[in-house]
Amino acid sequence: MSSTLLRTVPALRGALRASGAPKAAGAMASTSFVRGKATLPDLSYDYGALEPHISGKIMELHHTKHHQTYVNGLNSALQTIAEAESKGDYTKAATVAPLLNFHGGGHINHSLFWENLAPASREGGGEPDGALKKAIDTDFGSFDTFRKQMNTALAGIQGSGWAWLVKDKSAGTLGLVTRANQDPVSGPYVPLMGIDAWEHAYYLQYENRKAEYFDAIWNVVNWKTVASRFEKS
Amino acid sequence: MVNIGTLWQYLAVQAPLHSSMSGDALNLTKMGLTAYTLPALPYAYDALEPHISAQIMELHHSKHHQAYVANLNKALESHVAAVAASDVASQIALQQTIKFNGGGHINHSLFWKNLAPAGSEETSLEAAKGLVGAIEKTWGGFDEFKKAFSAALLGLQGSGWGWLVKEGGNGAGLRIVTTKDQDPVVGGDETIFGVDMWEHAYYLQYLNGKAAYVENIWNVINWKTAEERFQGKSEEKTEL
Ligand SMILES: [Fe+2]
Ligand SMILES: [Fe+2]
Repeated sequence: MSSTLLRTVPALRGALRASGAPKAAGAMASTSFVRGKATLPDLSYDYGALEPHISGKIMELHHTKHHQTYVNGLNSALQTIAEAESKGDYTKAATVAPLLNFHGGGHINHSLFWENLAPASREGGGEPDGALKKAIDTDFGSFDTFRKQMNTALAGIQGSGWAWLVKDKSAGTLGLVTRANQDPVSGPYVPLMGIDAWEHAYYLQYENRKAEYFDAIWNVVNWKTVASRFEKS
Repeated sequence: MVNIGTLWQYLAVQAPLHSSMSGDALNLTKMGLTAYTLPALPYAYDALEPHISAQIMELHHSKHHQAYVANLNKALESHVAAVAASDVASQIALQQTIKFNGGGHINHSLFWKNLAPAGSEETSLEAAKGLVGAIEKTWGGFDEFKKAFSAALLGLQGSGWGWLVKEGGNGAGLRIVTTKDQDPVVGGDETIFGVDMWEHAYYLQYLNGKAAYVENIWNVINWKTAEERFQGKSEEKTEL
């Protein structure tokens, strides 16, 4: 649902109004919208709930400041596009495309990210089971291999970006992709689990030691959410 | 010694190795390349306070910059081995790593030198009469330039740098450019000064408030260095 957001730009306002993303547990990203406006989704856990793996301060800034900025930027880009469209000024609309991609991607990515995390004392951590585990074993060899490959992908990001476990809809297989900055996962890929590799995601706690963050975050991955995305994909 | 001039040319042409240099037991020295080393800062870690904290400066220099230097040397060694083995696929595979870490080394080396303690002689605009004149002519005023430069910095999407450059060639106009990640300014343009907009450059002090970082960085721009680069009197490219 949310991953198609950027491909439906002309009909965006209507589509957003009608989307009514459900907030139920296990739902796809709760990119919630009010009257065509993107809004910051609530977290389903407290800011301190992912400690000691991700500090409460990081979570609070990340959610209330960084994600909020993407929400605001997305709404502002959409408004500019709507105004340009009403005047038939498609050149103006086109010049907003990079902002729409950046802020729209930022909103989508963070919405997915919050939901594929959970406190280690609750659903967080451990390993997937069932069909998802089988698919990971088939496509990566083992969960351990998958985890290593994901950490290598994360460490290899040059600049800001994300790494994702994705399902390739056409091939039916799982894979890993990285995206620069806030580029959203799109095309044949369905995002199942994402990890934010921007420095703001770890710097206050891990400073330059990003490998420690990439190791720690596995303790708070919500495999229930990932499995649910996998089943729906 | 950091032979940054060689690295610069290397990144600019992307294919710097002569076939005559292939052969046995090649290493960086035999290739005419010095192993790069972390340059010392021209001031103490706390010298830029309160505008950039000592903690940021220390991590930024001793960890981040150091990592670019180490990874650059590693990639260059591998590149030398790939040249010696006539393994062009490996040479190509290494180019992005060399560009990223080489760019990181160049950019940070330039950055440290174009900063100075607030209130020092170097941070006075008096130290850059020629450059300031050219800036006013180009942007219609120094404040207009500052506004345009700050907007460019804040408009970066993701990690990157903002630069004031003097274009190469006869025109030699001034221009504001941004480069993503660690892409360096190459291709004949002269960098006058740069500002690091990676989050590691400000986050421990300014958190998400990058506009405040951008506002404060103006207090620690080394206008003396900027003027030297503008006048073409800087020897950094050969001697840094
Ligand atoms: Fe983020
Ligand atoms: Fe930096």
